[in-house]
Order: sequence, then C-alpha cells, then structure tokens
Amino acid sequence: MATQVDPSMKTKVLLAWGFVGIPLAWGVIQTLINAMKLFQ
Amino acid sequence: MALLSFLDREHTVAKPGFSRWMVPPAALCVHLCIGQAYALSVFNLPMTKLIGITQSAPGDWKLTELGWIFSLAMLFLGGSAAVFGRWVEEGGPRKAMFTAGCLWAGGFLLSAFGVSIHNLWLIYLGYGVIGGCALGIGYISPVSTLIKWFPDRPGMATGMAIMGFGGGAFIASPLSVWLMSKFNTATHIGVMETFIVMGLIYFCFMMVGAVIVRVPPPGWAPEGYVAPTKSVGLITRNDVFVYDALKTPQFWLIWAVLCLNVTAGIGVLGQASAMSQEMFPGRITPIAAAGLVGLMSLFNMGGRFFWASTSDYIGRRNTYFVFMVLGFILYCTVPTAGSTGNVVLFVLCFLVIISMYGGGFSTVPAYLRDMFGTRYVGAIHGLLLTAWSAAGIFGPVIVNYLREYNITHGVPKANAYNNTMYIMAGLLVIGFICNFFVKAVAERYHMKANDPRGDALAQPAAARG
Repeated sequence: MATQVDPSMKTKVLLAWGFVGIPLAWGVIQTLINAMKLFQ
Repeated sequence: MALLSFLDREHTVAKPGFSRWMVPPAALCVHLCIGQAYALSVFNLPMTKLIGITQSAPGDWKLTELGWIFSLAMLFLGGSAAVFGRWVEEGGPRKAMFTAGCLWAGGFLLSAFGVSIHNLWLIYLGYGVIGGCALGIGYISPVSTLIKWFPDRPGMATGMAIMGFGGGAFIASPLSVWLMSKFNTATHIGVMETFIVMGLIYFCFMMVGAVIVRVPPPGWAPEGYVAPTKSVGLITRNDVFVYDALKTPQFWLIWAVLCLNVTAGIGVLGQASAMSQEMFPGRITPIAAAGLVGLMSLFNMGGRFFWASTSDYIGRRNTYFVFMVLGFILYCTVPTAGSTGNVVLFVLCFLVIISMYGGGFSTVPAYLRDMFGTRYVGAIHGLLLTAWSAAGIFGPVIVNYLREYNITHGVPKANAYNNTMYIMAGLLVIGFICNFFVKAVAERYHMKANDPRGDALAQPAAARG
C-alpha cells in the first residue's frame, strides 16, 4: 500500500534536511580547513 | 499522561501524505548529537587545569583519570543497546529518542555539576553511565524504523543515520572549543558552562527528532516497490525473535566479522597521528598529522554512507568480503609505503581503511535485516553492538602493546608498526572466513504467525505473506 505524498510535505522535508544539514556542513567545512594542513 | 501517550508507538504511525524522507533527518537529529562522544577529547586538556587554570595544579585531574569517562561511555553504549534493545523496538522510535535525549542532556548537566564541585565520580556517572546509556538507546532507536520506511534501500537509509554518528564530532569539536573560549576567563575555565549549553542544545535537537519521527502504517510500501514473496539467497522474508537470534551461528559469525573489522580500524584510528609521524619522521609534522586525522574522520563519515549504499547493490556479504580483501591488501601495503617513504600511498591506504571501518558499522543493520527480518532488527542490532565494545578494548591494546614490545626489543620506531599492520591483516583473514560461513538462518528459528512473544509489534512477516 503506497500513498500519495502531501505537497506541503516538500517544504517540511526541506526544512528538516536544512535543520540537520546546515550544522553538519559547517562542521565538515571546519574539518576540511584543518585537514588542509596535511598538504601545506 | 498526555505526554506519555504522545510517545507511544501507536501515536507515531504516519498519516496519509507523509513523506518517508522526513525520517532520515529525524534519525540524524539523534545521531549527530550522540556522535559528540567522538569529540570528548577536546575537553581533556581543559579539564586537567580546572584548578591551576594555566597549568595543572596539585588536585587537578590527570589525563589517565579522564580517559575513563570515554571508556565508561563506550561500555555502557554496548551494554544499554543490548539490554534495552527489545524495549526500544517495542516502545517505538519516539519513546526511545525522547529517553535518549533526556539521558544525554541529563548526563551533560550532571557532568557540569561534577565540574563545578570538582567531583570526577559525578562525571563518570553523568557522562559515562547516563550518557553511555543515551548513546546505546539513541544509536539503535531509528534503525528498524528506517529499514521499514526504505525496504528498497535499507543500506542507504541506515547508512545516512549512522553517518550522522560519525559526523557528530565535526559539529561538537569546533562548537566546544568556541563555547569554552566564550566562557573562559583569567580565573576560570569554562567547561561547566559549555557542558550546560551543549546539554540544552542537544536536548532541543533530539526532541525535534523525536517529534518528527514516524513509523509506517501496517502494509505500507514505497511506490513501485514489490516485496519479494519468498526468501532469496540470504535475504529472508521471515522474522527471528530477538533472543532466538543469539542461538543462531549467523549472529555470532556477524558479531565476529564486525568485531574484527572494527578492531582493525580502531587500532589505526586512535594511533594515526603518532604512527604517521614515527613512520615518516620529519616529513609528517604534528600539524600535518592533525590534518590527516581530520581527513580520516571525513572518510570515516563518508564511508558510512558510501559502503552501506553500495551494499544495496552488491549485497551485504559481498560488501564485507570487499572490506576483508581490500583491507588485507591495504594493511600489507602500509609497511611498504613506510619503508619506501611514499607518503601519498600511506595516506591513501589509511583513508580507504578508515572508510571501511565506518562502512562496517553502517552496513551491519541491513545485514541483520537480511538475516533475521525487520521485526526485531533494532534489538538484534543492539545485542551486536557488544562487538563494538569488545573491539574498543582489543584494537588499541594490540597496537599499543605491540609497539611497546617492538621498541623494547630494539626495533626502530619507524618500523615498530609493521608487525601490527600484518596482525591487523591477519584479523581480516579470520573475518573473511567468518563471513564466508554466513548462510541463511534455519527455518526452525523463524517466528510463527501466532507467536505471542511479538504481540507488541505488528504481525510477523510470515503472516503478512
């Protein structure tokens, strides 16, 4: 049984991914900056 | 009472129109927070100077005493995942996430109190015991829910969540350093305030996950997905009761495979900085070694998603065969890279090895689902995490003691790790053999349609047809 996804869910999904994705991306960038020292 | 019923499994059933893509962020809300455990070491040095402020004073805690906080947390991670696995499975993901959030934040707050009155036992209890239980419950809380929402891509789904556990340290590490810099004064080190703020942030973050998580309604399937009507190869259509899984050789073979893979990875993960500097003296500086550790943690996180997603296409057992064979080749290559002074080869070997270490964690829930069905996969996964606790002891012990043994017997520092690498390669050979013997679970272990032990959950797969 598959159901049609509510169109308003798209915004909620986007918000939910942003909520976890933005801090994670910030952390990854910080780590990459530190990791670049390996190549200096 | 209303809050308690809000947490119940039946109140988390998704209504029509819900998108399953809301569930991975809910899982990430929990895993990104509890992944902070990998960044606990940033507090080590500041906590050795709480009295002396600029340097350790008599009465300040020693690094060896502080090391027990992490060890306790890992011990209670494995223990609580094993003990509370069935409760997590039957209570549903929201109740488990809520509990994990309360314990995680509570652990931080109690630790903050421990710092304020300078009582290490309170930190052992707060972060080590209570936080460790939060780690175990939080780690397994979204696993079976994700597998049920993504029956077509279970590896990718659990890989996303477990990737969050690897990525949690990326956020926690710079955040902790920044917070401490804000709370530090000339006469005070801001560890207590940092613990309080982090505990509150993590509580809010984990509550968001608990609120947005949903379980699929009975009989739900993604659009276009046709569930196989019978077991194919290792992928079963039946369910195995959580404690019956312990009676199967398959559980212990996968336990050994995970334990060996993690032992091999953990052995180099904790020693990468020292090992790289000693194998390439003068060429890899302490700063470059710190960069290598950062790069390795990125590959650890990326590997969790990459390998688990790949397992959806090539199969779980084959994925572990890749870990064992490729790992064997790479561990045997590291001494050659050291003796020929090939830094690039050395770094490449370590990055791939560490990606497979992460991949071992993230692929195993889907492996268990293939073998034991979906119904108790979270609880069985909880039991399997004891392999992680065991590996956490074996890995560092093998690396540290072998290095000491070699150096005391006159082996130059640059070559002291060679034997360790060959032993790690040997462990992977044993892992390959264990993985080779994993076959489909015997029918006598399958749950029957009228099995009363599973009343708290939906009908077993055998009854669903």
